[in-house]
Order: sequence, then structure tokens, then C-alpha cells
Amino acid sequence: MTALPEKTDKKLGLVIDLDTCVGCHGCVTACKGWNTQNYGAPLSDTDPYGADPGGTFLNRVFSYEAQAEGQPAQTVHMPRSCLHCDDAPCVTVCPTGASYKRSEDGIVLVNEDRCIGCGLCAWACPYGAREMDRDAGIMKKCTLCVDRIYNENLPEEDRVPACVRTCPSGARHFGDLGDPDSDVSKLVADRGGYDLMPDLGTKPVNKYLPPRAKDTLNTQPLEVIADEPQGFLGWLDKALEKL
Amino acid sequence: MHPAPSVIIFTTLSGLGFGLFFWLGLGVPDVSGGTAFAFFAIAYALSCAGLLASTFHLGNKKNAIYALSQWRTSWLSREGIAAILTLFLFALVAVPRIFLGAEMAISGVLGSIFALLTVFTTSMIYAQLKTIRRWHQPLTPVMFLLHALGGGALLAGEAKIAGWLLLALTLVLLAMWRIGDQRAAARGTTGDATGLAHLGEVRMLESGHTARNYVVDEMVYRVGRKHAAKLRMIALGLAGALPAAILLLTPPGHITAFLALALHLTGAVIGRWLFFAEAEHVVGLYHGK
Ligand code: SF4
Ligand code: SF4
Ligand code: SF4
Repeated sequence: MTALPEKTDKKLGLVIDLDTCVGCHGCVTACKGWNTQNYGAPLSDTDPYGADPGGTFLNRVFSYEAQAEGQPAQTVHMPRSCLHCDDAPCVTVCPTGASYKRSEDGIVLVNEDRCIGCGLCAWACPYGAREMDRDAGIMKKCTLCVDRIYNENLPEEDRVPACVRTCPSGARHFGDLGDPDSDVSKLVADRGGYDLMPDLGTKPVNKYLPPRAKDTLNTQPLEVIADEPQGFLGWLDKALEKL
Repeated sequence: MHPAPSVIIFTTLSGLGFGLFFWLGLGVPDVSGGTAFAFFAIAYALSCAGLLASTFHLGNKKNAIYALSQWRTSWLSREGIAAILTLFLFALVAVPRIFLGAEMAISGVLGSIFALLTVFTTSMIYAQLKTIRRWHQPLTPVMFLLHALGGGALLAGEAKIAGWLLLALTLVLLAMWRIGDQRAAARGTTGDATGLAHLGEVRMLESGHTARNYVVDEMVYRVGRKHAAKLRMIALGLAGALPAAILLLTPPGHITAFLALALHLTGAVIGRWLFFAEAEHVVGLYHGK
């Protein structure tokens, strides 16, 4: 049913550290690998070796540059996948009941046997977290690796999402954000973890940890040293001008 | 948003069809027998063609039956149910009127109410989306309803009523664009969306993909914004102002009504294309757009 549960027993989700993420796209690849071989329709690639390749991903890493007046610029890598919102608009708009939020752990999933591929849920998601698979015609989204985290056939250390397991810089954390004493909740409290676009009222479960404040270096942004070339270069410049 | 032809055809034609149903339910025009048959056939053809077109953009049609199940939360589901109920109710209106020259008590008015409800549910599919601020305003349903009522009155041959409704549509379109522009402009920046605004000015350095993908194709579509101002004026003139002027200022006749209808339809399709193509989705902010 696309009615949201009144409350969920747990709020499983990810905490992503924007200070540590190096933008290697390891999580993107691990996510695609795991989710192509396991739950649901594979994540297709269209025209993968041709002129116009495309494909479905459940997680993508964007890189941004932030620059304050008179300061050097800084790069921030921001992975984005489904935030498993508490008030998930993607779920309530779904006409078929394919999209649902689990009351036991808060994971938002798509039941592929009901989805008609109308795409309305992707329109309702502010974060671009849902992608229609062009081959299967079915909506795909992050499953929080529901087929890993409870999977007793896997060694215990592997019972975390593929992206978390693979992240070489330890920038991704998985846990219960509904329990204030969990490691992830403490991390969020310590580091001032925040919601993406909170004004849209989606109440995301996933949190982002902001980049730590940088040392203030005394380096200024590069100044222009000479507008007019001098000496030999100056002569060359003039000579070329005359040509 | 990507202006998919199937959705443009669907919303325009089915709106017109249900608009005609609305008037027929009220007994406007008051016809029976073969003439009634012709009117009902047009209404059924338009609404069914529209509904059929709407299934073209579904990725997985075989599950379509489930789309009627989530009426408690989903406007899309409500629309499906309302449309089917309306089509069914009008069978109860049309059959007695065509073949018996008689009227089933209340079913006509009830049908009209459901016809409007169907158009309203269609409009709410778009108006409910907080992610598309331009659409998320009360004038969106008003615009859809006026299209249906005005176009429907035109088809029903009610020239003067249609004229006034299309005049109202003209004003509503103007207001809707004005409010939409303000709402879209207040959408925020890449800094707000990423929550990094405290670090300074934020711009996208690299997107999370080197190729096309669904989100970009579907929601970061920008072609419509280039000629938006011109297209708006064309849509406004063709869908609203010109037919309204023809209908209100010239004596009623088949030729003027036909001309008004042709103009209105062309304008409605352009306006609907613009409705999608112009709409900016907040996810665009993550793409620096
Ligand atoms: S991030 Fe998007 S897809 Fe995930 S729950 Fe929130 S609204 Fe739905
Ligand atoms: S695409 Fe599938 S999951 Fe999304 S709203 Fe449509 S039916 Fe529901
Ligand atoms: S939790 Fe699993 S599905 Fe979600 S982004 Fe990580 S690897 Fe992908």
C-alpha cells in the first residue's frame, strides 16, 4: 500500500561524510555490481559500447566547487542515492502500490511485479534518486541493499550495503538513525549531520556530514603578475601583433 | 520536464472529452436520437483516445490493472477510477437518451460532476508535486478545468458560454504564468540544494554521469525555456483570446465555431507542450541548472 506507515520500528539509512569522500565512484560501481546481480531486474546499460551509451544507476557521485569571496575554492564530492525519506512523496503518488515504505525498518522499495513504469514517483522525488530502467520499463531505486543486510549466507562483515562495504575512505556509514544511541546517530550529532532540502518536507533518513572547516592558509588566490609581457616575450608579442 | 507527446495528447484530448461530457450531462445541447449519438460518440472518442494515449508512456503496461488500487493516496489512481466511473455513468445517460428519447433521473448531473472530478484529478497529478514549484499552485487545476469547460462548451455548440470561459482561461493563463515565474525563481540555488551554501558560492564541477540518463532526460529538460515568452503569447492568443473574441463578437454560426475550435485546439496543444517543457524540477539544482 502506498500509504506511509505511521512510524517505523527502525530507521535504517546511510550517513555520508562529505569531508572524507574522495569522489572515487567506488560506491557507484559496487552498487551497480551488487544490484545488477541480485534483487529485481538488472540495472541495464543501453548501447554500452556504442556512440550514445546510457545506463541505470542507484547511486551517483556529483562533485561541486564551493568558493567564498577572496578564499581559495574547495571541492566537495556528494554521492546521492535514495534517502529513504520518512515522509516519502514518491510512495504516496504511486498509483499501483508498487512503491512502499517498510514499517519494520523504514526502507523504501519498489515491488517490480506491480510497477507500471509511469515515472510519477521519479517526478515526486526531489533528489533524482529514482531511475526508470530503459530495458525493463520498471522504476529502480536504492534498496539499502536489503538483500545483503539481513542475508545470513554472507559473512557478518558483509551484511552492510555494498557501497558502505566498498568505500575505501570510510565515508559511508550504515545504521539505525531512529536509535539515538546508535553509532550513526552519535556521528550525526557530533558532526552536525544535515538533511538535503529539508524545506520540501520529505524528512530524509540519510544524513550528510558537512566538510570540516579548513585551515586558513595565508595563500591568496593567484594574482595576475604582469599584464604586459616584458623583455623578449614583449618583443615577440609586438612582433606577432604586427604580422 | 520532458514534454512527452503521449502526455500532451492525453491531457488535451481527454480534458476536451470530459468537458463535453460535462455539458452533455447537463442536457446542453438538449438532443436525442441520432444527434445525441453523434455528440456522445465524440465525447467517448476524445476521452478514450486520451486515456489510451496516456498508456503509451508506461514502461510496463501489463501491470496496468493495479493502477486503480491506490486511490487513498494517489491522484493518478484516483484519476483512473474517476475516468472509468464517468465513462460508465455516461453509458447510463447516453443509452436512454439516444434510443428511448428518455432521461434517467439524476444520472446526467451525477455524470457531469464526475466528468469535472476526472479533470480535477488529472490536474492534481501535476499540482501536487512540490518538486515542480511552477505547477504546485492553485491555478493549475483552475487552468485544466477551464480548458475542459471552455473546449467542451465549444464542442457542445454553446458559443457564448464558450466565449466567456475562454476569456476566463486567457486571464487565468496570464496569472498562472506570473505566479509560476515567481515560484520558479524562488526555487533556490545549487548551494541551497546541496546544503553547502555556507561554504560560499557553489557550482557543479562534475555531474555524476558522463552519458545521458533518465533523470537528466526526464527532469532537466530545458529546451522550452528559450522561446517561452513567444510561445506563451502564441498559446494565449490561439487557445484563449482569439477564439473568445470570435465567439463573443461575431454572430454564432458553424464556420465561426469551427474556426474557434481549430484555433483553440492548436493553442491548447502548444500551451500544454509549454506547461511541461517550461517546468523546472528542483533536481535541476543538483545539476547546476
Ligand atoms: S530520496 Fe526520493 S526516492 Fe528516496 S524516499 Fe526520498 S523521495 Fe523517495
Ligand atoms: S513508476 Fe512504478 S513505482 Fe513509480 S509511481 Fe509508477 S507504478 Fe509506482
Ligand atoms: S545501499 Fe545498496 S542500493 Fe543503496 S546506494 Fe548503497 S549499494 Fe546502492
